[in-house]
Amino acid sequence: MNGVDWDQIREIAVAVLLIVGCLMSLAAGIGLLRFPDLLSRMHAATKPQVLGLLCLLSAVALSVGQWMWVPVLALVWVFQLLTAPVSAHMVGRAAYRSKHLKEATLVADDLAEVVKGAQALEDARRYDDPEPDDAR
Amino acid sequence: MMTVVVWVCGGLLSLAAAAAILRIVRGPSLLDRMLAADVLLVIVGSALLVHAAITKDLSNIVFVLIMAIAGFLGSVTVARTVAAREQG
Repeated sequence: MNGVDWDQIREIAVAVLLIVGCLMSLAAGIGLLRFPDLLSRMHAATKPQVLGLLCLLSAVALSVGQWMWVPVLALVWVFQLLTAPVSAHMVGRAAYRSKHLKEATLVADDLAEVVKGAQALEDARRYDDPEPDDAR
Repeated sequence: MMTVVVWVCGGLLSLAAAAAILRIVRGPSLLDRMLAADVLLVIVGSALLVHAAITKDLSNIVFVLIMAIAGFLGSVTVARTVAAREQG
């Protein structure tokens, strides 16, 4: 077709996608080493989980070149998209509650007011009702 | 050309895995180690995908699928344990 070598173009695309996907993993590794606290490390750790995985799965799909594998590869990415936020949420929640973060690096802390309000509510209830176990 | 790509990808993934392992060794808290272990799992999955793309052999894709489905269970469990221990 006009002398265009589609196989070579596909090979170059596969190579670029593979290298970009591996660079995402390297970025996560450097971020894990260099960033100061857990929350910023979590920010770096999501790069290979989402974008890197997408690049590598696209490279596999292009390299194999059969439509029957595309649903399987899409399933891998969809499941990763579903489960990565769950673990990130749980780890971030545990980090906030066990104070595994540097307060100085936070730009905004919306959760502090909520926690303070809940603590005040609990204190007030304990003051009003000395035996809260019966009420529950 | 593919040989060069294999070596470049292997080098990048090896550096990333070394960084993650160093964070597992040094990590000041349990949650840091768990996060680095998560990243290490994703790096292993990436290596499987690179192998699949180079050799056009998809027999290892099941392991990548299991990594995507069940990989989050470990960090969720550890996070719950840490939260429970801090409260109790």
